[in-house]
Amino acid sequence: MAELDLWSMLFVFMLATFVGFQVIQNVSRLLHTPLMSLTNAISAIAIVGAILVAGEEESTATTILGAVAVAASMTNIVSGFLITDRMLKMFRERERKP
Amino acid sequence: MIHGLTQLTYLAAAALFILSLRWLSHPKTARRGVGAGVGGMALAILGTLFAPEIINFSWIAIAALVGIVIGVPLSWVPLTAVPQRTALSHAFGGLAAGLVGTAKYMIWFQHGELTKFRTGAIVLEIILGYLTFTGSLMAAGKLQEIVPTRPITYPNQNVFNLGLLAIAIGAGVYLTIDPYLPWAFGLIILLSLAFGVLLILPIGGADMPTVISLLNSYAGLSAVAMGFVLENKLLITAGALDGSSGLILSIIMCRAMNRSFTNVLFGAFGQVQAVTAAGEAKTAKSATPQDVAELLTTADRVVVVPGYGMAVAQAQHRVRELYDQLTKRGVDVRFAIHPVAGRMPGHMNVLLAEAEIPYDALVEMDDINPDLAQTDVALVVGANDVVNPAARHDKNSPIFGMPIIDVDKAKSVIAIKRSMNPGFAGIDNELYYLDHTLMAFGDAKQVLTDVVKALSDEGTGH
Repeated sequence: MAELDLWSMLFVFMLATFVGFQVIQNVSRLLHTPLMSLTNAISAIAIVGAILVAGEEESTATTILGAVAVAASMTNIVSGFLITDRMLKMFRERERKP
Repeated sequence: MIHGLTQLTYLAAAALFILSLRWLSHPKTARRGVGAGVGGMALAILGTLFAPEIINFSWIAIAALVGIVIGVPLSWVPLTAVPQRTALSHAFGGLAAGLVGTAKYMIWFQHGELTKFRTGAIVLEIILGYLTFTGSLMAAGKLQEIVPTRPITYPNQNVFNLGLLAIAIGAGVYLTIDPYLPWAFGLIILLSLAFGVLLILPIGGADMPTVISLLNSYAGLSAVAMGFVLENKLLITAGALDGSSGLILSIIMCRAMNRSFTNVLFGAFGQVQAVTAAGEAKTAKSATPQDVAELLTTADRVVVVPGYGMAVAQAQHRVRELYDQLTKRGVDVRFAIHPVAGRMPGHMNVLLAEAEIPYDALVEMDDINPDLAQTDVALVVGANDVVNPAARHDKNSPIFGMPIIDVDKAKSVIAIKRSMNPGFAGIDNELYYLDHTLMAFGDAKQVLTDVVKALSDEGTGH
């Protein structure tokens, strides 16, 4: 069972890496700074793991570790998405003269 | 283990994350991408909160609130500080991975549930997480100039650093074979924290774009490792997207400097080459802002090359005023963007976009270079190494082989610079001594203010 899971996880990893390469190669170079802040916010999905650890009530120590991890991830989610949007709003095309 | 509803939200979140990055391919659809990302994140968090393992919500709520309180102001930083903010967020990402790995080790240790597979995955997670944490903090410190930006080196640095990493990995292998060894676990944490600091010490400001991209990749990979620990495929997917993005950006940055990863990480750029041909007395021609204004008004085509100096002087809004003045007179003004200009990938584009310069006026290096021979004036604002012609022909130059913007091929060149001191890498720039180059000395913002003033005075004089 555990072995089967390892293989399916490796498959997901491999496929996601290829998808990532394909999708990100198409991102305009103009937007590489927003790209980095957006992927940063997305990888703060680590909050999912942090929530589980913080909410399990295993021991005080692990709850604190989990809570700090939730706070760190939440910071990345909030600031990452907000600043990406703030930057993207600034990209404007030249006004076409009538 | 995780019930169906939660899995369904994870599946949807993974799809939304991929769409989010896909929509980033063009400025027109990019903001939709942010929406998709937010949607995916919200779904995944909601789905997790439904998981039956969660007994106590109060700590989660408090911590989330703390994150919002820190995160919102962090998104208001001036755009010149975006590299620091980005480095800081990589640090947070690494920290979260490290802490969750540590907590999982403690929990499974208590329950006697540490398997070889779990321990191996945790070891990967904490090494990547903690080294990204301290390394990114160091990078943020250097970018904020709290830590000296010059490379800090000492004898046998690389041997020492790699030795530390080797010990950490060795301890990790040992721990994987025999998981119940808390001292080895603690040792790995300490070594990873130390390695992160030591890895960034010898790296100079000019290499920051590559280093930030690499740390981005590590932060993503630490999330992947967390996914293996928690057997969570959403974490693996999102982490892999982040990891591959960081890797692609690092490769682009390295290519744009004609250097390899190893050279960036272990080369201590900017320290080795203090020697310049001091023998020949070279003279540069200096110009007043009035001269600059005059030359610009006689031009039909102008190419502006921004660099880190523009960011430091916060001169992007003055650049915009100059752009307005010149386009009003029918001058064709475009901007040449070198991939490593600034301190992170895409840094110049964001600053110029902030100053409301339309993005179709921003042209990549490879696309603008063929046009430079037909350009009347190339205006260099705070860029240095990326316009140094020595990169094309001087085999002894440390930047030999690096692709540059060929401003020297323009009919005339104006370079705005604080002084004749060589740039960050300590390399003399022969561009400044060319016959058709004029130097406008001073703070970029001040010089441009004077140029714009001269232009508008002249405009009203007619």
